[in-house]
Amino acid sequence: MNSTAASRTDARIATDAFILHDEDRRAIVHELGHYEQPQAACIEALKIVQRRHGWVPDGAIPAIAEVLGVGAADVEGVATFYSLIFRQPVGRHVILVCDSSSCFLTDYESLYASLSETLGICFGQTTPDGRFTLLPVCCLGACDRGPALMIDDDTYGPVNPDDVAELLEAYA
Amino acid sequence: MTASRSSLRYRCQLRQPATERRAETHPLTWRLHDDNRLIGLDEYLDKDGYVAVREVLGKQSPDEVIEQVKEANVRGRGGAGFSAGMKWSLTMKGEGIPRGYLVCNADEMEPGTFKDRLLLEQQPHLLIEGMILGGYANNSRYGYIFLRGEYVEAARALSRALEEARAAGWLGNDIAGSGFDFDIALHTGAGRYICGEETALISSLEGSRANPRAKPPFPGQSGAWGKPTVVNNVETLCNVPAILRHGVEWYQGLSGGRSDDGGTKLYGVSGRVNTPGLWELPIGTTGQELIDLAGGIRDGKALKTWLPGGGSTGFLLPEHLELALDFDTVGQYGSRMGTGLLTVVTEEQSVVSLLRNLEQFFSRESCGWCTPCRDGLPWVVKILQSIERGEGEQGDIELLEDLAVKLGPGKTFCAHAPGAAMPLQSGLKHFRDEFERGISHRPRAAHEDPIPVGEV
Repeated sequence: MNSTAASRTDARIATDAFILHDEDRRAIVHELGHYEQPQAACIEALKIVQRRHGWVPDGAIPAIAEVLGVGAADVEGVATFYSLIFRQPVGRHVILVCDSSSCFLTDYESLYASLSETLGICFGQTTPDGRFTLLPVCCLGACDRGPALMIDDDTYGPVNPDDVAELLEAYA
Repeated sequence: MTASRSSLRYRCQLRQPATERRAETHPLTWRLHDDNRLIGLDEYLDKDGYVAVREVLGKQSPDEVIEQVKEANVRGRGGAGFSAGMKWSLTMKGEGIPRGYLVCNADEMEPGTFKDRLLLEQQPHLLIEGMILGGYANNSRYGYIFLRGEYVEAARALSRALEEARAAGWLGNDIAGSGFDFDIALHTGAGRYICGEETALISSLEGSRANPRAKPPFPGQSGAWGKPTVVNNVETLCNVPAILRHGVEWYQGLSGGRSDDGGTKLYGVSGRVNTPGLWELPIGTTGQELIDLAGGIRDGKALKTWLPGGGSTGFLLPEHLELALDFDTVGQYGSRMGTGLLTVVTEEQSVVSLLRNLEQFFSRESCGWCTPCRDGLPWVVKILQSIERGEGEQGDIELLEDLAVKLGPGKTFCAHAPGAAMPLQSGLKHFRDEFERGISHRPRAAHEDPIPVGEV
């Protein structure tokens, strides 16, 4: 996060400021071995960077492209396509609320209203303290216990609107 | 009363207790425990694990394997219902043709579907065994498990199982002394429903945007990196070890004469029922049996309508509950069996609102490659939103009907738009009155009642 903050105050473009962590570079190179062509490691590379920074800063795009030996536009095209690759900063914890049919029928809308009210944000927004980002997600495959949501790597369901406050407490 | 955090954690669970499940009748789930714990390699080996691999590799020809899967008539459990054996028989192989890939589609995102998660989280070795056999039959060089990114628990289970299998020689060179080399990598996605479409999945696997591709060439001819590629659903592949172990006749018999399709099916029910859940049952089980297993409709309400297998299947009525849920039967009633996981809609729930929700989903998840899908779906959503608010115009229903045709099969590269059209078409057919109640305006032409300049 610090290198990102630095890049914003830097007069040069962000590309100059982003340095791919050695460990991440090695992880990306390791991924290359799984595929016939380097472009295939693109999504995993973006995820590797995102795991460290929480999102994919602008400068990471050409950095990844260089490791993969592909065009930066190809990497950006991929980065902007996939919903779980974040191209702007997100909170420390990302809440994914399932808004698909089974959760719709079990009233995810009340759950969303409770989350939205508790956090003071809507879908696509991050709390001012940088703690939570709220996003909708495709059917989470937890339809037998809807409405369902994920916070980071944890899946919950069924979640009642009343459960929200206590549930969020665990995520500082 | 608020629930504690740990009690809110989602745990994928089969509703049938272990005492009701046996190897002879429940090939997919007989090993699973009531406490949902992961079945590791040792336990899997103790319970008949990798026996099919040992019995088949190098002892039967790939064509013999394909013939059995074909005869067993195991139909694609991802929702399309295409014969897996037939698909395998169409994979290009032989002299001068490079060995390609076997890809497991574990990108479970169909609204209302939560079945593959169970197999992935609790019994990853069954999938790996199925993939080894599929790889052998299709002369594949390498396998990929394309897993949706949100299935974190499944990723953990699969990574561990792949390591175990590799360490024990079930993956790698010369598997079980057969001379067959095959390994599997786990590839996790980063969102987007469209990745579950066979050709979009291949695009995504190659590290591109998940746009679908024209067929032909079919993936079996030219798929990932131009090589012959077979894409099968998790549940489909998990059926293969038992077919090869116990034989075609046994597998055919599992449906107990309820269906011409072979085997069992992971069926489920979600929505406002008393005990939503998942069961492994003979294929051809009826909707009524499933709803009964799910404890009936909550709060004593009546069933209005149901989707037999996900958001891209057509609405069926209570009168269809007696139908055998298999691919051919459901197909005769303007719907599809799809994934076989029922979504229940009760009498007080609005079909217009549900359709608006479904079409918003399809609209958001369109990859944008084909015009009817990219532009047509947001249009459908706008019309449905106005009808939902009671502000629809005369002609809107006809317009929706027209759009449903224009989004239908043959207009786009993949089945995303036709999938969106199916609930729309059947919803309009069965519940036209609900749509009519939302129509309050006569049609407005663009030039009618122009807003004077300066008043906006």
